[in-house]
Amino acid sequence: MYQYDKYDQAMVDARVAEFRDQVRRRLDGSLSEDQFKHLRLKNGLYLQLHAYMLRVAIPYGTLSSKQMHMLAHIARTYDKGYGHFTTRQNIQYNWINLEQTPDILADLATVEMHAIQTSGNCIRNISSDHFAGAAADEIADPRPWAELLRQWSTFHPEFQLLPRKFKIAVIASATDRAAMRLHDIGIELVNNADGVLGAKFFVGGGMGRTPMIAPCIREFVPAEELISYSEACLRVYNRYGRRDNKYKARIKILVHEIGADEYRRQVEEEFAHMKTLGLIPPVAELERISAFFTDPAFEQGLSDDIDRSDPDFAVWVDQNTHKHKTPGYVSVTISLKPEGGIPGDATAEQIDLMADLAERYAFDELRVTHTQNIVLAHVRKADLYAIWQQLDAAGLATANLDLISDMIACPGLDYCSLANARSIPVAQKISQRFADTGRQRDLGELKLKISGCINACGHHHAGHIGILGVDKKGVENFQLLLGGSAAEDVSIAKIVGPGFDEDGIVNAVETVTNVYLGAREQGERFVDTYRRIGMEPFKEALYG
Amino acid sequence: MKILTGNDLKTGDVVWWAGDTRWSRHLADAVDAGAEAEAILKREEAALRVNVPYIVDGKQTDQGPMPLHIKERVRAFGPTVRPDLAINTSIPILKT
Repeated sequence: MYQYDKYDQAMVDARVAEFRDQVRRRLDGSLSEDQFKHLRLKNGLYLQLHAYMLRVAIPYGTLSSKQMHMLAHIARTYDKGYGHFTTRQNIQYNWINLEQTPDILADLATVEMHAIQTSGNCIRNISSDHFAGAAADEIADPRPWAELLRQWSTFHPEFQLLPRKFKIAVIASATDRAAMRLHDIGIELVNNADGVLGAKFFVGGGMGRTPMIAPCIREFVPAEELISYSEACLRVYNRYGRRDNKYKARIKILVHEIGADEYRRQVEEEFAHMKTLGLIPPVAELERISAFFTDPAFEQGLSDDIDRSDPDFAVWVDQNTHKHKTPGYVSVTISLKPEGGIPGDATAEQIDLMADLAERYAFDELRVTHTQNIVLAHVRKADLYAIWQQLDAAGLATANLDLISDMIACPGLDYCSLANARSIPVAQKISQRFADTGRQRDLGELKLKISGCINACGHHHAGHIGILGVDKKGVENFQLLLGGSAAEDVSIAKIVGPGFDEDGIVNAVETVTNVYLGAREQGERFVDTYRRIGMEPFKEALYG
Repeated sequence: MKILTGNDLKTGDVVWWAGDTRWSRHLADAVDAGAEAEAILKREEAALRVNVPYIVDGKQTDQGPMPLHIKERVRAFGPTVRPDLAINTSIPILKT
């Protein structure tokens, strides 16, 4: 894992001191809320429905046991004993006291963490594949590049006041586990025909009220020019992105309005100019960063055998583990979606336990997934049963990865001041309706995503089944969408028809799964069947 | 009725105007600000007794003053999915 150098630490410590003074001035009335608001937001502090909410950055979703313990400490000491892991691979605390926020940030700084640029119109937390460095199918480890992008984008003076927020994802395998093409910039590391590492750039994707899939802007950028090309992409956006209309200010609108070809032409022009300026990161810095991401000391010659005599354990192994690049190892996904639970929430005790397990069994490292789960990336197969037993005792052994109950849900109207409807109760009812693991496994891979408003924090556009909560004359109403995907088969879901009330949408989800079961062909997932038979059979079953 | 609400500056807690210079954590203490609502908001915000105050429409019910919109009722009573964190569990959130 990356470790701060003296510059990183000095910057974060200085920011804590600066914010402490800003909070003091807000509390004594020297700063008005209008003056203070953008300062707190730049430090991840929102004012939400019930209290202040603090969003803590977890760069590319990777953190150490010590950092994870700190997240538990903050939940326990400053919040109400829990935290919420987000679709940006971050964590949010819902009950924060303004007066204590500088102390929280100071605590975070002791473990090389912060909340900088988790809000505001700047480059947000870089996200990546949660199996980075472990997956058998990756061509390179994307984390050094994500870290380089983090360092480049943090406090970048040119990009602190962009037209709108900006999100970047980096992956390094053909399988997209990071919703890469639904980002402002999606970067896929690739090898060219000569076997040279580079990056394929997709620009102008996103969800929100205008969902768009990022078109490819360049097939191959040499790896050493990845930052320069990113900068060129940002410069064109910063110059021409709409600042007059918040709803048209994201880069996806710019790329869509001028067209991918014209955007590409301008980026190439800017890129050519930048190359004359020598703005290429020094090789020594790349090597320094990469050195933090070498493989841990994997044991060699381990057996791949697993004792599957405990049937519940066997189901969990089948569902929640992922192939590792090293024989005898596996990646474990800890589901934060128990039956009837709140997707992404974990108590301080659960967070501590996951940190302990990582320290003992997983080379001291954890990952947060964009689907609101936790990953232990490098686990010996021989340790799986011991891990499972401890997770099970803590309510963390739900065997539902990629099944219908492993859903993304935004905080919705229970916590969020922007929301129009409550997403969590819908998620809970669906999870209870489909509680039977056998039934879920029979349905197979089914990505269900729920948002409580059009801002789409719950990624409903990208769900095989999506649910969007709306306000219909003061009453919560839920629209059903079908056919989305955030993976390499990326697609935007379509609304089926008129919305439903809370119980109605749960019934509707069951109805469309029944249509799938009746129509599927051998090996088809829900979304495959939808793509083959189209919307009509689902619509007919729902509305007659 | 016009109900004034906002957040406590230090804690961020949801608060309701309870008359004069008083702000309460409990919706039951809220009083009708009537035609004076705007003037009271400005005065109280300037005095730093409340953060980001605004006016919501409400009505008197058997259970006391109640905002008309569900969002304000969720603010008043806490997340519907965490009854253990509710401000006052005796009052249902979803019905007026």
